[in-house]
Amino acid sequence: MNARPNEPERYYNYAYLDEQTKRMIRRSILKALAIPGYQVPFGSREMPVPYGWGTGGIQLTAAIIGPDDVYKCIDQGADDTTNAVSIRRFFAQVADVAVTEDTGEATIIQTRHRIPEQPLKAGQVLVFQVPQPEPLRGLEARETETRAMHAYEEYGLQYVSLYESVATYGRIASTVGYPTMVDERYLMSPSPIPKFDNPKMGDNEAILLFGAGREKRIYAVPPHTTVRSLDFEDYPFETQTWDENCALCGAQDSYLDEVVLDDTGARMFVCSDSHFCADRRAAGHVGPMADHQLAALETEPT
Amino acid sequence: MPACPPAILNLADVAAAFIDPTRESQAVFRKVMDAVARPGTIQDLAFAPDAPQGLDRAAGAVALTLFDFETPVWLDPALRGGTAEGWMRFHCGCPLTDDPVKAAFALITDALAAPELAAFNQGDAKYPDRSTTLVVQLPALDGGPRVTLTGPGIRSEASLALAGLPNGFWEQAQANQAKFQFGVDLIFVAADRLTALPRSTRVTIQGN
Repeated sequence: MNARPNEPERYYNYAYLDEQTKRMIRRSILKALAIPGYQVPFGSREMPVPYGWGTGGIQLTAAIIGPDDVYKCIDQGADDTTNAVSIRRFFAQVADVAVTEDTGEATIIQTRHRIPEQPLKAGQVLVFQVPQPEPLRGLEARETETRAMHAYEEYGLQYVSLYESVATYGRIASTVGYPTMVDERYLMSPSPIPKFDNPKMGDNEAILLFGAGREKRIYAVPPHTTVRSLDFEDYPFETQTWDENCALCGAQDSYLDEVVLDDTGARMFVCSDSHFCADRRAAGHVGPMADHQLAALETEPT
Repeated sequence: MPACPPAILNLADVAAAFIDPTRESQAVFRKVMDAVARPGTIQDLAFAPDAPQGLDRAAGAVALTLFDFETPVWLDPALRGGTAEGWMRFHCGCPLTDDPVKAAFALITDALAAPELAAFNQGDAKYPDRSTTLVVQLPALDGGPRVTLTGPGIRSEASLALAGLPNGFWEQAQANQAKFQFGVDLIFVAADRLTALPRSTRVTIQGN
């Protein structure tokens, strides 16, 4: 640990952030883990990407990552989208870490909009990029008020909102960022993951860290913590289901993206989790459109 | 001509700390993060540098990793004015405070003489993260009376048998948890080892 052989010369600190910033973020992470679901304010820094591109997640990763980590980054479930590729290359460059697309192999997985289909395990950290950490913001614009509502566990307004959804649409219409209750105390936004992924947050083996760069908030869910999606006895929480299977790998139980193929209405449904889908195809699973040219786009061009 | 004022800190007396602060503090932090995320697990910090007299290796590593100019530290009277204080002030640059309520961290080496948990900052209703984090150095992390732990970070239940805590400590810990979201968070260290008790952990005292 003392010598740093072969380390490339560079003009910034390891993992980009300076050491004092990392200490500040690390202290916030510890308090976030001690108070599950509570939003800890932190001194979010300017990063080399704009707010909204994952600066909260990037700062969390920078504060925890070390040279022994294996890093994976996904955006909408896919390893090969522009934002995911850029952030993965960023950490490969500034933190000398091995990168992977393999969910099981990664020690730190940074994500936007999905939790991987493959169950996570102890020793892994899932870092969420969060645009809006405050679940009540759409109902109450003032931070002073939402902070008081959390302080006094005053969440009636959230239930009114769900009730109004039932009254208007006949069901709880929210499909992403579906509000959750953590350890029966703090109302928490799961970040814009589909409600399909909400059940994966409770009793997870991995540490879940959430970072909102523009809003300057960090929150966390430790492993094996109760995370309950809000609902009513007569309108219980339900996840999305599809009539179709994945067109490439045939999966029946994964979260599917609808892809429009031409201007005559042709479309296909494919797994949003690109590694999950590629793994299944490698194992011999075949979907109805397995020969489609999209199947060749699974790996990053070198 | 007035005489030269005495040196505030003789650098020759200040022992070394991390040789590679970036990598070592990251490795220590991951151990601390795992400990807080999984109460009841014991983490090993044998790779950390030697700490000065009065401080165990794990206690010194936590100080070097988390303390800085932003964190007022309540320092155990047993360490005041000694080599450990000079070492911490030099390497961490942290201000010291005598007022437990103003402390972001408390570094306690004599658990029997320390103030009660309720004497430290309990946090604000709207900002419970502002409470004190106590780093408590013990003779050993096993061999003491056993307690059972449940709550966030624990699959079904975990247990700890910390040695050297004062009588009534676990009742204090229960009271600390009972007023969640308020409360202090605890990191226990002994020699090279470390474990944590965040305020969210529910404690059951065995044998009564």
